[in-house]
Amino acid sequence: MALLQSTETGPIEIAGAQRGGAFSQWVSRNAAVLLLGIVLIILPAVASNFVLVQVAGWSMILGIIALSLMFLAGYGGMVSLAQMTVAGVSGYMITVFGASSLPAISLFWPWWIAAPIAIIIAVLFGTLTGVLSSRTEGIYTIMITLAIAAAFFYLTLQNWPIFNGFAGFTTIPAPKAFGVNWKDPLPLYYLILFFAALSYAAVVYVSRAPFGLALQGVRDNPRRMEAIGYNVTAHRVAAYAFAALIASIGGILMVWLNNQISPGSAGIEAAIDLLVIAVVGGLGHPIGAFVGAIIYVILRTFALDALVAVGLDGRRFQTLIGLGFLLIVLFSPDGVIGLWRRFVEHATRSANSNSGGNRSGH
Amino acid sequence: MSTTFSQGSPDVARGDAVGRWIGRHPIWALVIAVAVIFFLWLVLAPWPAGFEDVFGKKRLFVNALFNGVTLGGLYFLVATGFTLIFGLMRNVNLAHGSLYLFGGYMGYEATQWTDSWLFSFVVAFISCAIVGIAMQFFIFRRMEGQDLRQTLVTLGLSIIFADLMVWVWGGNAIQIDTPDYLQGPIPTPIVVAIKSSGEAVFLQYPLVRLVIFAAAVIIGVGMWLALNRTRIGVMIRAGVDDRDMLSVLGYRVQLLFVAVFAFGAGLAGMAGIVGGTFQSISLGEDSHFLLASLQVVIVGGMGSIPGAALGAVIIGLAEQFGQVYFQNYATVSTFVIMVIVLAVRPQGLLGRR
Repeated sequence: MALLQSTETGPIEIAGAQRGGAFSQWVSRNAAVLLLGIVLIILPAVASNFVLVQVAGWSMILGIIALSLMFLAGYGGMVSLAQMTVAGVSGYMITVFGASSLPAISLFWPWWIAAPIAIIIAVLFGTLTGVLSSRTEGIYTIMITLAIAAAFFYLTLQNWPIFNGFAGFTTIPAPKAFGVNWKDPLPLYYLILFFAALSYAAVVYVSRAPFGLALQGVRDNPRRMEAIGYNVTAHRVAAYAFAALIASIGGILMVWLNNQISPGSAGIEAAIDLLVIAVVGGLGHPIGAFVGAIIYVILRTFALDALVAVGLDGRRFQTLIGLGFLLIVLFSPDGVIGLWRRFVEHATRSANSNSGGNRSGH
Repeated sequence: MSTTFSQGSPDVARGDAVGRWIGRHPIWALVIAVAVIFFLWLVLAPWPAGFEDVFGKKRLFVNALFNGVTLGGLYFLVATGFTLIFGLMRNVNLAHGSLYLFGGYMGYEATQWTDSWLFSFVVAFISCAIVGIAMQFFIFRRMEGQDLRQTLVTLGLSIIFADLMVWVWGGNAIQIDTPDYLQGPIPTPIVVAIKSSGEAVFLQYPLVRLVIFAAAVIIGVGMWLALNRTRIGVMIRAGVDDRDMLSVLGYRVQLLFVAVFAFGAGLAGMAGIVGGTFQSISLGEDSHFLLASLQVVIVGGMGSIPGAALGAVIIGLAEQFGQVYFQNYATVSTFVIMVIVLAVRPQGLLGRR
């Protein structure tokens, strides 16, 4: 469990640090995130529609879903491979209750009824997953959630009355609401950005709230938490429910962006890719999920051409992903975030030692 | 969270335990006995007229039974290595399906070159064992005790292996030919129907599946004996219970780990040939058999070899009966069983906490 225990002392430290710090202190501490936010807000001014939706939008959606996994794994110590499935459930439900090209199945209810229903069903599903997998611990979770993810995949593949088998659904555009057509690139981009920022903020907030702190206690030592009166199982299940809420929002956005959903959208490979994203980004901080997602999407979009350009077979993309994942797990268990942290630390330390060295008359 | 390979008690004590259990639950014992007798009658005797309306043709039923049990044998071969490795090293080897697929491909190459089906098992066992040893020696040895990190590494490896195998062998399904001496069906003493002339029709069943099932049973019993009657078995069981203590006592735990990993990987490789002969091997079969192994050990109990046998038969039967009686949900039915077991007995049917 070293991977998990090495993560996330950050927010506790931050939470414990002096709250009375001035605004400027807050800004300097969150400089990177603020800068990223500003870049994302003004991105539409410079980027093409393709970059806006297929790269930035898609990364943020994967980031939202990976964030739910990061929350469970990083703060709860529960590596759930069923988060993509939760997103898939909400994605399927919005097509069943909302609009699609299949009038035989879809109910064509307006989005403001369909979306909440989809989210509620997905959260129930995620909570149920949590109830099942909290009965066992640690490494078992990964097996059980993988099996649940596979079960859902085969269900969608073989069930025609609700999930329309391997064909899935197409033509599921984002709705028109408040006089805006949300399927246009620009509104869609801002919609995704809004929910990405919202879920990021929610996870950061919850991680410092009493519930999040108790959850981290449960991660580090469940028996001690039990002994001092916390209901360990309830905290775990609640964490699954909260993560499912985030993942289900991501699921709906995923369907609106892709304009389709099929068993592969929430299949076994997608579930594993999501774990790869979360781990590569780093389970130590919520931003890791988004970092992992953008690396993944950029690789996925451009690696083929890049591989061919350096004279390699473009079809070996998966090997590249696997190797990258392997290297990260082997050499930087806390992901790219950890690499960055160590780089910054190293830079500041060497800067300090340089000045110190001068003084001691090197 | 200790797991077990067997309850570890000698046969005498086991017999006593069964006797005591019957003494304590006479009604349940009776119910089970009646169920067993009814089941035997169902399989052996010709069915009365009304029965076929409920269960469909008897041929289908018995075929599903045989297919389920023999498929269970195959699942046992794959899952037993998985559960052995998990029990001893706490390593959820998510690359286990890749080893299965790799063994199947290597066996296929061997049959192409030497034309010998039996020899291909040797090739598959050795090549997978080498991969297993390499994995244990170069990677897992360096991160002992970090079970999540090990699991993630196996996940990365499975992604790479899958892609490399597609590169070498392509995406098409490959079938390994059954050798001549195991070709074709043989008659079994089970009556599936009575002709109008009063002549009994007996079930014909592929010989190769029966032989492989027998081999799986022999391997299972052999492993049980090795674990319970030999010195290495004692070491492995001790390692499962407390590997630090075993190491403190001066046993070469690392050597044991390598040996168990090699054996488990080799078994998976041999199972690959069996799978290639039964069905076919192709891209995607790695995750299919990884999931099957997961289900088997979750249902049977993690780290338990008798549990793997029981779980394998249950999952195999569920899959085959599902295909006969509710076609669309065959695969889902196995997951339903898994979920029920998890809800009622999270450690698995024969697992130990």
